[in-house]
Amino acid sequence: MDGQLKRGLLDVCVLAAIKNEDSYGYKIIKDMKPYIEMSESTLYTILKRLELAGMLTVRTSQHDGRLRKYYHITKAGLGRIEDFKDEWREVMSIYAFVTEGDIKK
Amino acid sequence: MKKSEFLQALKNKLKGLPKQEVEERINFYSEMIDDRVEEGQSEEQAVLDIGSVDQIAAQIIADIPFSKIAKERVRPKRALGVWEIILLVVGSPIWLSLAVAAFAVILSLYLVLWVIDIALWSVFLSFAVCAVCGVIAGVFLVIFGNKAAGGALCGSGFICAGLTVLIFFGCKAVTVGSVMLTKKIALSIKKSLIKKEKV
Repeated sequence: MDGQLKRGLLDVCVLAAIKNEDSYGYKIIKDMKPYIEMSESTLYTILKRLELAGMLTVRTSQHDGRLRKYYHITKAGLGRIEDFKDEWREVMSIYAFVTEGDIKK
Repeated sequence: MKKSEFLQALKNKLKGLPKQEVEERINFYSEMIDDRVEEGQSEEQAVLDIGSVDQIAAQIIADIPFSKIAKERVRPKRALGVWEIILLVVGSPIWLSLAVAAFAVILSLYLVLWVIDIALWSVFLSFAVCAVCGVIAGVFLVIFGNKAAGGALCGSGFICAGLTVLIFFGCKAVTVGSVMLTKKIALSIKKSLIKKEKV
């Protein structure tokens, strides 16, 4: 997949993984695994980028005698997901246009 | 490899990067391994799944902005003594001008790369203009003046058009190369800054 495209998709996927409830690093990777594979290093970069963009917040919490970071989606993050849905509708209509000739043949 | 060995190895590879940044990354990977172990994986398997230290370190170095690394490098590791400060100030006419000159030389070498790019694109542009003007002027001549000269002008216009297309691909390749070279240079400067720290 094209790098630029994948980057945008991964951002939205990570946001979607914390959309319903706060989540932590390993769980995000696990939840996304059936759909898109992502390494730990990539996840770190994305989480950092989303945090800087104000799309999620981080809190550290005690878990089983150690610390774990939980990620919480913000309003801006939810907005990004909605934007993505709109953009994707456009992409789908372009896809329909691109593949139109294929079916007739 | 045990978790502690993995984290220590990673820490060693990241020496010279901003401390806070390194600590945050180490904590992140530590949490990742703990979560895997909690799920029933063995410690060794969890470390294996995270990936090789070299690969992770390389990606982290590529990720961290250049300015952050440079800042960390410039910060002195211990407080400077009074005499050192005085020497630095007194000597500044010498070392400052030398540093500026060295920087200017390096910068100009790099600029040459882009000047070549600009020159090539200028050639491209002039061929494109020649093609358009040649054809238009040629058509005018054929209609209103010397038909033979007009035909020749038209023909050379088309030749220019053909060359324009060829030159475009050449220019594009050079520009892509320049961008890639820039990225490589940035990465190697980063790496050399970090290596210096280890000594």
